[in-house]
Amino acid sequence: MVPISYYLILSGILFACGVIGFLIKRNIITIFMSIELMLNGVNLSFVAFAAQWHHLSGQIFVFFVMVVAAAETAVGLAIIIAVFRTRETLNVDQVNLLKL
Amino acid sequence: MLHLVLFLVFGAICVAGAVNLLVQKHPIGSALSLVVVMASLAVEYLLLGAEFVAAVQVIVYAGAVMVLFVFVIMLLNAGEEELTKGSRVAVVLGVPGVLAGGLLVAWVLLRHSGEHTVSLGALPGYPKVIGQLLFHEFLLPFEVTSILVLIAILGAVFLASKPEATPRPTGKEN
Repeated sequence: MVPISYYLILSGILFACGVIGFLIKRNIITIFMSIELMLNGVNLSFVAFAAQWHHLSGQIFVFFVMVVAAAETAVGLAIIIAVFRTRETLNVDQVNLLKL
Repeated sequence: MLHLVLFLVFGAICVAGAVNLLVQKHPIGSALSLVVVMASLAVEYLLLGAEFVAAVQVIVYAGAVMVLFVFVIMLLNAGEEELTKGSRVAVVLGVPGVLAGGLLVAWVLLRHSGEHTVSLGALPGYPKVIGQLLFHEFLLPFEVTSILVLIAILGAVFLASKPEATPRPTGKEN
């Protein structure tokens, strides 16, 4: 028997690691991986709540989150390739054309 | 007892992989530690009884998505990242802020989440049950996601394709 809150805390730790990576990383691919980490943390909390309320809708929702994440990854990596073609860098600090 | 031990072991692997993702300088190291995180998360899903979700996690996330990441890292020949001024500010301000927020959430969860516990495989998410839900109750969202994936494929192909040699605006040649 494991308390639900343990699972939620694990998912919170994963989400916090994702947020920290999003903030401190400067490589655009690593930032993208941090977003995936955040999505995984949220998925874990969905499955934990599904087990708590004995309702399978949470697991269905995880399925949809995964589909959206896969689509997002495909489009995002294509955008990264396009950015690399025009700017020749992966550092987000050097992609600053919109900056004043 | 076995459930708790398995949860703690794979949760520790999960957190270690997530921290390693932050520590690694080279993106390929981050990608491989993300694979570790996703694989151990699949075990956590199995412990909660979500068999279908665990299988999809391994196939889609640890398989397809991470192959895409590694492929792009190698395609773009990504090197080690260099720290800049902006990232130092983020380290100084962001990390303590996120840690404080996380500790607050953990405290609230531990204090107020009640005595809910789960046993091993509490809610069996067999593929049969999931499929019945997916194709009866959630049929419309399912079809909408298929359209979304189609648009994503088209967008990815369009964005990643080499820009054609744009025909130069030919005025009067002289």
